[in-house]
Amino acid sequence: MNKAPIEISDAIVSDAVVVEHSRITGGYRRLSLRVPDIAAKVQPGQFVHLRVPHLRDRILRRPFSVFKAEGDELVVLYKCVGIGTDVLAYAPVGERISLLGPLGTGFPDPDPGNCPVLVGGGYGAGAMYMTAARSARPGIVFIGGRSAEDILCAEDYRQLGWELRVTTDDGSLGRRGLVTDALDEWLDEQTDDARLEIFACGPHPMLKAVGERAIAIGCRAWISLDRPMGCGVGACLACVQKIRSASGEWEYKRTCKEGPVFECRDICWEDEA
Amino acid sequence: MTAPDMRIEIGGLKMRNPVTVASGTFGYGPEYAGLIDLNRLGAITVKGISPAPVSGNPTPRIVEVPCGMINAIGLQNPGMEAFCRDYLPFFENYDTPVIVNIWGRSVEDYAAVARRLDGEELVAAFEINVSCPNIKEGSKAFGTRIDSFRRVVDAVRAVTAKPIIPKLAPQVASIADYALAAQDCGADGVSLINTIPAMAIDLATRRPILGNVVGGLSGPAIHPVALKMVWEVAGAVDIPIIAMGGICEAKDALDFIVAGASAVAVGTENFANPGAALQVLDGIEEYLKANGMSAIDELIGSLQT
Repeated sequence: MNKAPIEISDAIVSDAVVVEHSRITGGYRRLSLRVPDIAAKVQPGQFVHLRVPHLRDRILRRPFSVFKAEGDELVVLYKCVGIGTDVLAYAPVGERISLLGPLGTGFPDPDPGNCPVLVGGGYGAGAMYMTAARSARPGIVFIGGRSAEDILCAEDYRQLGWELRVTTDDGSLGRRGLVTDALDEWLDEQTDDARLEIFACGPHPMLKAVGERAIAIGCRAWISLDRPMGCGVGACLACVQKIRSASGEWEYKRTCKEGPVFECRDICWEDEA
Repeated sequence: MTAPDMRIEIGGLKMRNPVTVASGTFGYGPEYAGLIDLNRLGAITVKGISPAPVSGNPTPRIVEVPCGMINAIGLQNPGMEAFCRDYLPFFENYDTPVIVNIWGRSVEDYAAVARRLDGEELVAAFEINVSCPNIKEGSKAFGTRIDSFRRVVDAVRAVTAKPIIPKLAPQVASIADYALAAQDCGADGVSLINTIPAMAIDLATRRPILGNVVGGLSGPAIHPVALKMVWEVAGAVDIPIIAMGGICEAKDALDFIVAGASAVAVGTENFANPGAALQVLDGIEEYLKANGMSAIDELIGSLQT
């Protein structure tokens, strides 16, 4: 149960205009939207709830994490994974798209005393870009995917001056293996684990594995979760996640409101198949 | 032309207009307070409250299907004491009546919540949830067995003089029988329909998609089903009806009103369009003006058959 219910969010509904929409690689796309009143307010790790135009008999909004928010515009990266994103892929420049946002509790700013470590899988790599751009110091980013076409945002992080490690399951780009293999290798070389601070977004098995590393070495890890979502504003209680409470028990917290970002020690992963 | 009179009454519940929101789709109020003017709603219907806190069903709790969604939230709620302490004071800032949806696992539970909330001035009326398809014990049977249904309505009636509005389950042979029973037990109105029991399967894993296996279908898919039931109930009882089921726009709400509903509740559509309830309200008013009606009363039950 949520202890601080009486908080009115500053999220709004606004008609965004598509200013650029392009295929990046594989089934991944980059959608740039002009939506000044939301773009100005987005914080790192927050998301927008998007109503896909022309979706006909599919009625719910879809949540998208924000990749970049600059000036009047924000950018989301997505992969065509179902009917919503398949239809969204046809949205032309100039199309109006209803956005609800910004939503959720995102990543905290990296502690300037720590070395920030980002771990991203697939389009999750984009969700930490704003954190990197705001960081007082550059850190290291690990990006993993099945194949070369699943590696996104590498150049964006490089341009920020961040060290980059890429892994692919098939070895078609970077090191062959899981992103956590590369992370383990790098962690082994570090001398002061407690001064690291991890930020992660990607598939749940990856996030769980990253959280386990953070707990083992004694550093913090901020994990961005993706859950089936209804309203996006905390009303429907569909997107809940078991979160450890002070008493050692757990309680359901809303991924759309208290999340999507949680510290790894607070997440109860027992639901995961 | 002057604005039509949109006021309606359900027992002692005075609404400035016939549009409310469906329980469970609007949280406890604050969730949408930054997005729409809550003072424009006819009433706010909050999420179901039980005597003790309930953590709800395992996840996933929601799945989208053509023209709707299936939910199995499991009535997660903070319990009646925390509701009164943490949530209810929010409504001091508004002059919109609050309808509290109440439920329990026993007849005594229903009476306990109604008794506790009866003393709260900010609670304008009770919607009695006898029909949530997502609770394994008790509550479901109260909506689909007429003797149990009567016992719940009687028990709530005995502990409160505030308006009580049982919310009817659609999965019964004759929904009008339940509406008549409600009227007979002293209910001030009825609301209908609750979600329709449903399920969805993931063929990749051959497992149910919902953590609870089954859930309740809502959204535009159920509107024609709800409309037929509202029409049946309107022909059977004299007490007012709050109609719900797949309202997306004013036309859907007007259908219900013409069929005999005095009020309407916007539910699932709030998720897609937080402004939906107010747009429905504007559309109803425009329809009345366009058809030269001076009051909503002229439209209620005006169906020609």
